Parts: sequence; C-alpha cells; structure tokens
Amino acid sequence: MTWMEAKLFLREPASAFFTLVFPLMYLLLFGAISGNEPTPQFGGQRTLDASIPGLAAMIICIAGLMSTTMTMSTYREKGVLRRLRTTPVSPLVVLVAQLIVVFAMTALGMLLLVAAGVLIFHMRFEGNTFSVLAGFTLSSLSFFAIGFILAGIMPTVRSAWVVAMVLLYPMLLLSGAFFTVELLPAAVQKVSAFLPLTYVVNLLRGLWVGEPWGQHLLDVGVLAGMLVFGSIVSARTFRWE
Amino acid sequence: MDTVVQVEGLRKVYGATVAVDEVSFEVREGEIFGMVGPNGAGKTTTIECLEGLRKPDRGLVRVLGVDPQRDGQILRERTGMQLQQSNLPERMRVWEALDLYASFYSKAADWKELLRQLGLEEKRNALFSKLSGGQKQRLFIALALLPDPQLVFLDELTTGLDPQARHAIWDLVRDIRTRGKTVLLTTHFMEEAERLCDRVAILDHGRIVALDTPAALIRGLGVEERVVFNLDGALPAGFEEALSGAVRLEIQGAQVTVHGKVGRKVSVVSEVVSLLTAQAVPFHGLRTEQPTLEDVFLSLTGRAMRE
Repeated sequence: MTWMEAKLFLREPASAFFTLVFPLMYLLLFGAISGNEPTPQFGGQRTLDASIPGLAAMIICIAGLMSTTMTMSTYREKGVLRRLRTTPVSPLVVLVAQLIVVFAMTALGMLLLVAAGVLIFHMRFEGNTFSVLAGFTLSSLSFFAIGFILAGIMPTVRSAWVVAMVLLYPMLLLSGAFFTVELLPAAVQKVSAFLPLTYVVNLLRGLWVGEPWGQHLLDVGVLAGMLVFGSIVSARTFRWE
Repeated sequence: MDTVVQVEGLRKVYGATVAVDEVSFEVREGEIFGMVGPNGAGKTTTIECLEGLRKPDRGLVRVLGVDPQRDGQILRERTGMQLQQSNLPERMRVWEALDLYASFYSKAADWKELLRQLGLEEKRNALFSKLSGGQKQRLFIALALLPDPQLVFLDELTTGLDPQARHAIWDLVRDIRTRGKTVLLTTHFMEEAERLCDRVAILDHGRIVALDTPAALIRGLGVEERVVFNLDGALPAGFEEALSGAVRLEIQGAQVTVHGKVGRKVSVVSEVVSLLTAQAVPFHGLRTEQPTLEDVFLSLTGRAMRE
C-alpha cells in the first residue's frame, strides 16, 4: 500500500513539483542572485548555507499542509476511503502508509536540496548529520500531524485547500524560511512567534551550524507538543466518509 | 437452502426522517435478491446496514451468520461490496488497484484471472480516471470478487450506464451466481430487477411493500395484459359482448386495445384472435403487451414522480 501511495504521489504533478522541484529551483535562483558569499545578514554565514535549512522547512511545511491535507481530504470526498472501508484493511494502515510516503518524499526533497547545495554551490555543513536528521524528522512529523487534523475536520476538499493556503503562505513568508526574521519589522516578528514553522526554521538552522539541542529546547518543545496534540486530534477526527 | 442474510424489524432514522422502517427479509444461498424502489425508498440505507457501514437504530441483522456491527472484520473478509458512491484514486492503474486490494485479503482470488473474466485485460494499464462508466463498474465488480466472497453486495450497479454496458453487466452478475455466490443488489430499473433477480423486494418510504419472484409479483397483483391491433374496417357490433367477462375495450380511431387480467383461463390474446377470425374482421399489426415489474411497481408505489 505504501509503495502504491508513493507511485500515486509522484504521478500527481502538483505534489511532486512542490516538494521535490520547487525548492530546488528556488535554491538555484537564490544562488544565482546572491551567490554564496558571507553576509552580515546571516551573521557572517554564507547566504546559501543559511538558506538551505530554511528551504528544508519550506518543504516540510508544504508537504505537511498541502500534500497530506489534500490527499486525505480528496480521498474522502471522492469515496476512495469509503471503498477501502469495505475491505479488511484498518484505518491505521491507511494513515501510516500515507505518513510514510509523505515523509519519504519530504526527505527526498531535502536530499535533492542538499545534493544541489553541495554539488553546485559547494555548501558547507558544520552540524551533526544525525542531529539534523532527528530535527528534520521531528519537524516533519509535527507538520504532518497538522495536515491530518485539517484533513479530518474540514468537510470538503475545497475548504481544506483554502485553510491550508491561508496557513501556508503567511508561514512561508513570516517564519524566516525565506528571509531571516530579524529583517522583518518588529510587529511582524511578534506574529512570527506564533507560527509553528518559525520553530522548525530556528531548530533546523541552529542544528545545521552545529548548535547543541540545549539551545533549542523551546523549538523542540513546541514541535513535540504539536506532534502529540496533532496525533491525538487527527486520530479522533479521522472519518471514512 | 441456507440463509445468507437475515433481517428482522430493521429501522434507521436520520434526524426526523425515517429512512428504513420495520424491514424484514431473508436472502437464501445462491440467489440473486433485488431491492427495488424509488429514490429515497431506503434501499441504500438497508444495504449499508447489512454491510456494516451504518448502525441500525433497531432490529436484527445477520449476514453470513454474524452481526455486521460487531464482527465487521469477518464480514469484510468474506463479502464483496460495490458501493453506490465510491472511487479509486484517479491516477491508479487498473492492475494496481486489483493488486493493492488483493493485498488486503488473507485469501484473495487471482486478480489476473478476474481481469480476464471481466474483460478488462486490455485496460490493465489504464488509469482509473480514463475508464468509461461501464469499465469502472466492471473494475468495481472485480474488486468485489477479490475476496472470493460468499456474498456480493451490488448497490445501483448500472445507474448511468448505456444499454450495452448494462446488458454486459447483467451477464456478469448472472455469472457470479453460477459460481455459487449469493448476490444482493439494489436498483431502480424495474427491467433490471425483472431480468436478473430470483426474488425482488419492493421498497417504498422505507418499508417493504411486496416481496416475491418477479413473475409471482406480476401475477399476484392482477395487473392487466393488453392486446392491441389495428382495424382495416369497422368493428362488428357485438364484438365486445362476445368476449368473455373481465375485459375492457378501448378504441382510438382504427386502433383497438383489449385489456384483460393476467392469469385467466383462456388468455386474452387467443380469445381476441379467434374471435376476429370467427367474425372475419380484417385487421393488421396485432401485438400483445405483457405487464412488467414496472407496472407492478407503479401500481404499488403510485404513479407520481418524486425525488
């Protein structure tokens, strides 16, 4: 079932594009414009090195809010879940298969991003690979949980889409995924503190340059909280039809 | 013969609407049992209660000897279900759907064989979204047959299909029965029920108003058969009186229609023909109109169209 879902994911141009190709394009564009030179904006870090964790956060956010939400709510609205319900397959299997696929695709998007960073821009990496992977996994799962909640509570595909978009764009713009939060006006910075993605960006960016977990307890706490809350709520709101 | 489905006093209410009320029937092993009725008569609700997809408010339901609410898992392993509104992901290919669904059952039938039997071999690699209505329904039948089920539920199988596709599907359903499986179907096409079903339950406003074989329903309701012919001249005086009892004559210009009850000693047609011959009345274009289940249905549920 997981393999089947993976094939379907890749056949869906929009989801494959946004998680795999779009961040890469963005990176190339970004690299072409600013090059990979140290800038004061990133505290002496080189622009691209600093932007890769931000783009990774973007992939997570898009995968969580768009892919997860849209796939699940479309399946329900079209009666795909209804069909599955006539078979002995358990809802858990359906959810887990979906989860594995979105996670694998997000990881693939991240991998492409890093590969491009290394091959084209000779990106430097100062963190601990294992830590970064752990942070990435935590961030992804907590965002997928939000996606599953949305899919569970929104009555139609359309409404799920609208809500996902309303959440997605401000988060992408204001969380620091594209620009550092410090560049934004003070009032906007306050807003960004309420956006879950901000914590993903902070965590990944910190781990990327080798900061210890201890410096990011708040980020980890928020994301873990979201994950637990999201899992419970989405398990409760799961509906076959 | 074993009872495959047993329903007693089934009732299901949605808000203020009583969808199904005091419905009781049994389905025997190896038969094609049909539920017919206008839209909103409670057919789908009933079948969904049997499938375990809905919880009855009252009444006893046993399918293959188990309670669909309590032992849904057992039921899903041993029955095939085709739902009125359901779909597969648009970009899933035919063989992938069969392969995937086969993986859900502990003892799945060979899907390649089903593909062949349902005439979907050419469409093996087609995307679900590219299939025609009839092909989609055939795929759904294939999915329903995957668990090698004892009982197959088919809900509004041929709705929205063209006549060719519909006839092809009917053949497939008869085929399912010859493999020893029991079929429970719903339809709002009377012709479908009449041609396909061994027994038919007519539902209206959530209740069963009649239940029997199609032929018995037609006989039992005393519906009329009609003999229609065109006169070349005028009808001789005393023609109507010469016909024995219980017939009614209707003359529209040159066309004469004789109505008579089904099941009389001498059939209306032989009586009319012998009388026409005896009185040497020139006529042409004689035909009979046999009552159908549709006539029974309309006389039971009323003629007014309703949604």
